[in-house]
Amino acid sequence: MNPLDSIAGTIIAGVVLTGILTLIISAIAPAT
Amino acid sequence: MEFLPLDRWIHFLSGITWIGLLYYFNFVQVPAMGAAAADKDGPGPAAIGKYIAPRALVWFRWAAVATWLSGVAYLGGDIGKAFALGLIEGGTKYHTTIGMGAWLGTIMLFNVWVLIWPNQKKVLGMVQASAEEIASAKRVALLASRTNTLLSIPLLMFMGAASHGMPF
Repeated sequence: MNPLDSIAGTIIAGVVLTGILTLIISAIAPAT
Repeated sequence: MEFLPLDRWIHFLSGITWIGLLYYFNFVQVPAMGAAAADKDGPGPAAIGKYIAPRALVWFRWAAVATWLSGVAYLGGDIGKAFALGLIEGGTKYHTTIGMGAWLGTIMLFNVWVLIWPNQKKVLGMVQASAEEIASAKRVALLASRTNTLLSIPLLMFMGAASHGMPF
């Protein structure tokens, strides 16, 4: 089932993506 | 005291209009259209499609343009460093954070104008389309709209975090 078919699935996917992108940002961002 | 630049204010106003209508479509109109279509004794979804959706779509798609343009104006000379996620000469943590938001916003603008709007025109009968084309257009428009709702969650965090710091 596609998570985008439900509002709850969409929001959960958005929160998960936020976590993944935060990890990426933390890893690649310059120190300052 | 630091003052609020005009383009940043416009960015907030148009961004709230855009994302507010995005949430209206996803959280209110789509479920309401489904409920109205299923309610055989009710007035049906036709009035929503004829009077509400086209007006909401006008504000929605032009607010998206205004948000993106005012964002570009606000970034000004930092735009290259932002879209490079701060990974070029002179880039900082600010550029990485605001750049992630800028990329998400740009993908969302693409979704509005390339996927949502052309397909909504078919769904709402603004352009000629066969029954199969309308069914396909509904699916693409819904998935693009839901994708933008999904992307708005990290987008808003990164936009805010660029000036205020990450929440975690």
